Amino acid sequence: MQKVNMCDACSKEKGVQDPTGFALADLLLGIGAAEEIEKGTPTQKCPVCGYTQADFKKTGRLGCSMCYVTFGEGLNTLLKAMHKGTKHVGKLPQRAHREIQLGDQMRTLTENLEKAVAEENYETAASLRDQIKQLESELSSKV
Amino acid sequence: MKLSSVISTAGEWLRGEGPHHQVVISSRVRFARNLRNRSFPGWAKKAERIAILEVTKPAVEELPEMQDSFSELLQDLSALEKQVLVERHLISREHAAKGAGSAVVMNRRQTLSIMLNEEDHLRMQSMRSGLQLKQAFKLVDKIDSELESKLEFAYDSRLGYLTACPTNVGTGMRASAMLHLPGLVLSEMINQVIQAVSKIGLAVRGLYGEGTEAMGNLFQISNQTTLGEKEDEIINRLTKVIETIIEKEHDARQVLIQKKSNTLWDQIGRAYGVLTFAHAMSSKEALNLLSIIKLGVDLGAFPEERRFAIDQLFIDTQPAHLQKSSDQKLNAEERDHLRAQIIRDRLKVFPKPDISKMAREPGNGSTAAPSNNE
Repeated sequence: MQKVNMCDACSKEKGVQDPTGFALADLLLGIGAAEEIEKGTPTQKCPVCGYTQADFKKTGRLGCSMCYVTFGEGLNTLLKAMHKGTKHVGKLPQRAHREIQLGDQMRTLTENLEKAVAEENYETAASLRDQIKQLESELSSKV
Repeated sequence: MKLSSVISTAGEWLRGEGPHHQVVISSRVRFARNLRNRSFPGWAKKAERIAILEVTKPAVEELPEMQDSFSELLQDLSALEKQVLVERHLISREHAAKGAGSAVVMNRRQTLSIMLNEEDHLRMQSMRSGLQLKQAFKLVDKIDSELESKLEFAYDSRLGYLTACPTNVGTGMRASAMLHLPGLVLSEMINQVIQAVSKIGLAVRGLYGEGTEAMGNLFQISNQTTLGEKEDEIINRLTKVIETIIEKEHDARQVLIQKKSNTLWDQIGRAYGVLTFAHAMSSKEALNLLSIIKLGVDLGAFPEERRFAIDQLFIDTQPAHLQKSSDQKLNAEERDHLRAQIIRDRLKVFPKPDISKMAREPGNGSTAAPSNNE
């Protein structure tokens, strides 16, 4: 057996491919992690930071907070195997408190609006619509 | 505050005064936090890392707890200085490898250290001596809440705090304690304990964390998972497990005294002999032998007032601390000579081990007299 060391470019040129790649993800996140990551679309790229699935597979780390949404599909299975649960039950930032409050308010307003429309109570509906608009602008300024 | 003053004073957590200090050297709790929609440090380009630092560093420095803090960019620290901070557990080995775009801020008492742009934008950790996970948690939780009003952390209502590594997502919290377990090692029960602990979702590691060897009978035990469990539940669970290990350690020591007193006496005598007369000693050998002397103090073979000197040697004989104290760059051989010399000098005032006082183990450490440090 002859051992040859090649750089990334040369190995591609000679058609040599390491079937597993350099999957640090397996090492860091447990065997099978790299495979799990690949379940999403391979061309997926994070719109915020440009991180790709291949990067994730290689490092076992993510690029930015938005990557949790971008690579959400493969990640969920991973997280399930890795942790006690799949939902955070610990500390909430104050800011999140406010967002949750706003979300709750929005739900109530929407329900009331539907009711008002159904009851053909247009005056109330108009006022509710205004309130929803205001809440929406407050919410979008947070995001 | 200058680095020299950090080095010259032992951190509060190194003083060996806390509850159960005979077995639990220190407790630490760290939170990982990131800014929303900014690349994590491992992926961010240098310019972005610097831009992130410009936001996080002033926010951290403004904290009331960080008045008169030590705050330094990693690029402004020498390799030796970084290593000293690693040996004090004030920064991680990973952080020491960082250069431009990373920083560390710590308070004067060395109970709070915040690494900026380590694996996450902020890694804030609080350290206490002995078993004080709750107290450490309280401080870092308070710091986190204070920072939250100035920085917008990446948070998801389902996944919690978002971190560079999915293993930290959720609470972003890692709570750990450094345990000194010579009794369990000598009675060959340590592997059983490690296995049992691993089974309940806790991790056991060596002296400097992930991937490091257990030296000096020192073990780090920490929570493995961060999602699906509340912070205080994690802290309580870990504390309970540690309390059980403390009990097992004391039991193992009792059994050694009763059934293997000759072996125990031999180990302590040999450690004392080698440390008192050797002229060359590696840091690994020093740690292992000092561990046995520390056990000797716990068991009453050496007077209690010598405890602090031994605890101090654990740190002072580490490679970077050794070089810093000698003010010159030393090769491995020179370090081994200097290390042996420092140990010989400090042990000069040590009486020979007294086997007659070793009849039984005195208490569990929480009631022992405080050491006469400083």
